[in-house]
Amino acid sequence: MAVATAPRADGRLEAILDQCRELAEDPDLPAVARWREQHPDGRVIGHFQVYFPEEIIHAAGMLPITVMGAGSRIDAKQADSHIGSFICSICRTSLELGLSGRLDALSGFFTLPICDVARNLAGIWGRNFPAQVSQILYLPQNATSRHAATYLRDEYQRLVGELEAIGGRPIADAALRQSIGVYNENRRLLRQLYQLKRESPWLVTSSEAYVLTRAGSVMPREEHNQILAEALAALAQRSGRRQDRVRVVFEGGFCEQPPLDMLGLLEEACYVVDDDLLIGMRWLTEDVVAGDDPLGALADAYLEHSTYSCVQHDDRKPKEAMLMARVDEAQAQAVILAAAKMCEPGLDEQVAYQKVCEARGIPHLLLEFEEKMTGLERLRMEVETFVESILFD
Amino acid sequence: MATDIRTRPPGDQEDQVVGRGRRQGSRLFRDWYGALGQADANGEPTAYVFVMGSCAEVLRAFDFHMVFPEINSLQTAVHRVSLDYLNAAEDSGYSPDVCGYVKADVGVHLRDRQHPNGVIPRPSLVIATNMCNTYVKWVEIWERMYHCPVFVLDIPGQRGIGWRANPGEAGFEADRRYVQAQLEELIELASRISGKPFDVDRLVQAMEHVNRMGAAWREVLRLNQNVPAPFNAMGDAITYMGVLSAYRGTELGAQYMEDLRAEMEERVARGLGTVEDERFRLHFVGTACYSHFRRFLELFQNWGAVFVNSEYLAYAGGGLDRGIQFDTSRPLESLAEQLLLTGQRSMSNMFFSQDQLADTVRDWHADGIVYHAVKSCRTVSTGMADSREYLVRTRDIPALSIESDLVDPRLWSEAQVKNRVDAFFEALGARKAAAAAGRR
Repeated sequence: MAVATAPRADGRLEAILDQCRELAEDPDLPAVARWREQHPDGRVIGHFQVYFPEEIIHAAGMLPITVMGAGSRIDAKQADSHIGSFICSICRTSLELGLSGRLDALSGFFTLPICDVARNLAGIWGRNFPAQVSQILYLPQNATSRHAATYLRDEYQRLVGELEAIGGRPIADAALRQSIGVYNENRRLLRQLYQLKRESPWLVTSSEAYVLTRAGSVMPREEHNQILAEALAALAQRSGRRQDRVRVVFEGGFCEQPPLDMLGLLEEACYVVDDDLLIGMRWLTEDVVAGDDPLGALADAYLEHSTYSCVQHDDRKPKEAMLMARVDEAQAQAVILAAAKMCEPGLDEQVAYQKVCEARGIPHLLLEFEEKMTGLERLRMEVETFVESILFD
Repeated sequence: MATDIRTRPPGDQEDQVVGRGRRQGSRLFRDWYGALGQADANGEPTAYVFVMGSCAEVLRAFDFHMVFPEINSLQTAVHRVSLDYLNAAEDSGYSPDVCGYVKADVGVHLRDRQHPNGVIPRPSLVIATNMCNTYVKWVEIWERMYHCPVFVLDIPGQRGIGWRANPGEAGFEADRRYVQAQLEELIELASRISGKPFDVDRLVQAMEHVNRMGAAWREVLRLNQNVPAPFNAMGDAITYMGVLSAYRGTELGAQYMEDLRAEMEERVARGLGTVEDERFRLHFVGTACYSHFRRFLELFQNWGAVFVNSEYLAYAGGGLDRGIQFDTSRPLESLAEQLLLTGQRSMSNMFFSQDQLADTVRDWHADGIVYHAVKSCRTVSTGMADSREYLVRTRDIPALSIESDLVDPRLWSEAQVKNRVDAFFEALGARKAAAAAGRR
């Protein structure tokens, strides 16, 4: 079996990766604190996974951040008394971030109808943080209705109204167009990063790509664009060499995030050439053309130019077929079908994905993970056995 | 020990009315399952729907049979065979952490739709609302099994605590237009599948039946404000609610509910309760435990307790708990408006329930709340611990939390549940005694 060697990196790239790792891992949200120092009157708005039209928050002059739990980095001792034992960890640690005061900077928190744990979070948040606006942004769940785009534009307009009330100033179309431009750039850079992962996975490890991506969820996106641009240029100059390693797709990281150590463990055993980690940041697959109606353009992009996830039902986007397309485009040999513990949609979908992999004869490994899992030796054994079974088949 | 009035000897004069709702309900259920067996044999159009947002009004207009997979699943538990079906689903790849309703249903389909109550017909159409997100995952399973048309009726819910949009206001109307457009699309689909043209008069007829049914059901629930309460909101009421779902939009259903109202009025007039000495009145949050249904109730009845109301009856009863008033002079618009209003209230009963719970405790003269969290249903269970903490802290409402499941007997721990129930009643009794002493 191939022994992993980290690609050599120059000092500047190492510094960027360290910075992103810190931003991804630090539950005290240092980038938010820095932004607040620079913008004493600025508002911070949090949202839950998976996709959120951050452009609208950005256009209001506010800082959008994704609230996505805190893994094992905090102890959910307060949240445990508010949430039952059979609820996913991301919900629990997200609440703990709030109860421990780490999200006191938020003026609002928006969750989404991805699952009913997420929808319940709006009520839990509202009861515990009455000073913050706590709402569900109702993205349409009948994506094929002829009226879905109109409805979604109306819902985005409602969001505009909520943010204008919080910020005390109107959100102009010109600001929306400018913000869409910033986010288009961000998504272009992330597409380049994933292209590099697919084409030259020896130049960027899975966990490096992950922290580079995740940093953007808690910092101003303009700064994230600079970081990505610089990192991409440096990654292209790396001198790593291709190794004889199994190419796999990782599926199941759309909401709760696997621990960084787990990603490190995977990349020691194989090339993770594509994944759905933080898929919300890459949900829109093409540039949004803002035009005369930027909210309408965002709504259209969500419905018509987007990737897939098990938390969206859209018959035009059959999930198994889209997973297979992801596998084919990445020239992957195998798939890791992961699901977060207690995640109803993820666990349901795992069955369907397993069947399509079996039908296509694609080697696959079923994994259940939790953001706060620590002892990974058993997992290491499973992954290594899986990879060896492919290599020596 | 308290005595359930259902033990009244047969032939007693009062039995003509008392217990009629349960007897008629059981018969209607047998008839309904019998009709499903016929539908399978004859290949008649059948829609799989859910208790929240069944779209019965539309389906009646096209003569679809309606299959409720939630009811099928709970019936496997009532018949004490749910574990067989759960095991079949888990053997086919479903995790122990997946909803038990889903898995029991998958088990039914893996056994060629053979159910303890008869054969379940194949779906010609399946409809899910977003009122439970697992519905949407569930219909995808049938879509893969049967390649049948799937329709997701999206009902945007209340956005947050205190958020309110009323008919006529811009926010509400935006949602209403979306729901109405979807209903029009559903009608097109139902017409295509059934091969029948849309007849608005048949839709209106179904809506009028629902108006009657809703008005009677609302009154049935209100009659339980009486002391003693004439029925147990987690006992016989489950049968009543089943009829509410399965016969929604029919003359039989409307008549049943009006008869039930008359029965409850009579019980109130005679001062008949569900236990001999009604010592405690409780509000229930969560779902039933169908794998141990009778025993679960006994744990409370043995203390002279009755569930006077239940959130379960609100959301799982299709939102009719406060009645419904379709304006049949503008049928589609009114259907969209009322489905939105009742749907939003049903979802809010799960996600933003605290004020509604406190109001019910007050109006139904309840001594406390029982929260029953079930692993199968994160929709109703996720917010429970927090809601309980909030109401205890802000309203001083006594509350008990217990955990088990809807249909999975492996998650039932009698000793653990009984210990908690007993401790709760001891504390509640002491509290009532102290309050009574304070009043003297």
